[in-house]
Amino acid sequence: MTTELVHRPARLLSVGDAAWTVEFGDGIDPAIHGRVLGFSSLLDTLSNDGRLDGVVEWVPTFRSVTVHFDPLRADAMALHDLLAELADKSGSLSAAGCRWHIPVCFDADCAPDLDEVAAAKGMGREEVVRLMTETVFTVYMLGFLPGFPYLGGLPEALDMPRLATPRKVVPSRSIAIAGRMCAAYPWQSPGGWRLLGRTPVRLFDPANARRPALLAPGDELVWQAIDTDTYEALERECAAGRFDLSSLLKEGVTT
Amino acid sequence: MSAIVEVVDAGLAVSVQDRGRTGFRNIGVPVSGALDPVLMAAANALAGNASEVAVLEVGLSGPSLKALSGTVRIGFAGEMGAQVVNTRGQVLKVAPWQTATLVPGDVIRVGGVSHGVGYVALSGGVQVPAQLGSCSTYLRAAIGGVQGRAPRVGDRLQCEAVRGDPWLEFRAQAPWHHETGPVRVILGPQEDHFTREALATFLTRPYAVTRDMDRMGLRLEGEKLAHNEKCAEIVSDGVAPGTIQVPANGQPIVLMADCQTSGGYPKIATVIRADLPRLAHLRPGDELRFVAVSHAEAAAALREQLRRLADWSGAIQTFRPPGVIDEAALYGANLICGAVRGDEWNLHGVDLTHYCGAQHV
Repeated sequence: MTTELVHRPARLLSVGDAAWTVEFGDGIDPAIHGRVLGFSSLLDTLSNDGRLDGVVEWVPTFRSVTVHFDPLRADAMALHDLLAELADKSGSLSAAGCRWHIPVCFDADCAPDLDEVAAAKGMGREEVVRLMTETVFTVYMLGFLPGFPYLGGLPEALDMPRLATPRKVVPSRSIAIAGRMCAAYPWQSPGGWRLLGRTPVRLFDPANARRPALLAPGDELVWQAIDTDTYEALERECAAGRFDLSSLLKEGVTT
Repeated sequence: MSAIVEVVDAGLAVSVQDRGRTGFRNIGVPVSGALDPVLMAAANALAGNASEVAVLEVGLSGPSLKALSGTVRIGFAGEMGAQVVNTRGQVLKVAPWQTATLVPGDVIRVGGVSHGVGYVALSGGVQVPAQLGSCSTYLRAAIGGVQGRAPRVGDRLQCEAVRGDPWLEFRAQAPWHHETGPVRVILGPQEDHFTREALATFLTRPYAVTRDMDRMGLRLEGEKLAHNEKCAEIVSDGVAPGTIQVPANGQPIVLMADCQTSGGYPKIATVIRADLPRLAHLRPGDELRFVAVSHAEAAAALREQLRRLADWSGAIQTFRPPGVIDEAALYGANLICGAVRGDEWNLHGVDLTHYCGAQHV
């Protein structure tokens, strides 16, 4: 839905000689993200019409869109002016995606930081799990790693800074929090977020050319608590490629 | 017609790379691709390929490959040599910046890269299935390459058999030299998160390369770059290969081909396309200086680099390796060995001048 615009003008920032970042704000805010989605959608339309010559791709984030281009095919300054003009013209879009119900095991083996977070916040671990599973998270963007979703909506009661020293190894499919954000690591990687659980679900499948990443910006997500036995059973199903991802669109199927 | 080579030694830090994977950064998939696309193009030019077909990037030591079927021409770019062990057990040296042609049974042992990265191009390109639009290897998510990984012993890599004269080799007139001087950057996107002094420091002081370097990034060490009151964390936004992010410790990190697609540290500047390949050849302890340029200067530098590469590729010459009787040359030269430059023999480590003299009539 496009709405009448009352907003500050976008800022254009250079990311070297082959990208511009069109920045709509500096915070995590549904209104700013709406403009990100509106602008991205306008770029989609223009690109489909073949009217973005030299533009390679664009990356929507919480608060900006980075437009990567081929400096041999597009003049940087001409593209700058075009993007500034488009950013002024583009409207806001409210995200309308799917709602995913994704199983997460919060047992100790899967959740190395859960007790510490609970202690720091003066609550029991059940309370942390309750807050995590009662929240409807929104996917703001994917980035950092293939399929890594940045989720907004974490209750203020769970707001914790990143670890002072990042872990060298975060196990793949860990569910983690930092500040007011939640995320899932599709791949083993270093990371400084606090690990509260683990999902058996594969969030990225490079063999699925049509939709390699399970989640998309605008999707909603609810974590569903499962015990260790269920986690292990589902993990085997997922590893074998027998798990039906579409079942995650229905509440409670996996529990 | 296709040809097959078998990996008999995997080497170290060897991966299949091409121009990289675009179109999926919006779901967090890095571009990957050759750290030095110019050298990749050079290796491909030697092997007679289009400039961006998949090659083997060698980070430390090269692989050994055995031709199983078809005649395979291999081009080398970068400071690394190789040896061919032919089916008669002869060992022939192959200098950098030239080709070696293998017939079934021949084995080529690619040596270590003396610094940075080198590229091994196979005729027709390394034919692995493209994944998400590219053959480039991204190990963390097991995308591209040989089934998502680096080549290992026993893997069979498909390429194209050489058409035409299999006894002809190619070599560059001179090694490719990247430009020298300060690394050119465009300031931003968050240069306004740094103090005025930090910006001046960044553009005047040297920064040393640390041991923390891989295909994802390069940590530098030097005078601390202080953030201003806007602080050292931002809500994550887009980055690109070449982006220089500065975490709270004030020490810059240059992002490389396998870098993340977004990041939460302020980014002081981004290395221009033309200069980024140079960073693939740095070693711990090397010093870098940065200079800010405009978009117009960056575009001119990139076009100039392409022109130099076209000239370099255009100057590739053919030659006959020793042991191959080139009848045309023999007749043309009245059978005198002066027609053949001495360095041709030396390139192969076999001194044939006395042999040639004995043939003198």
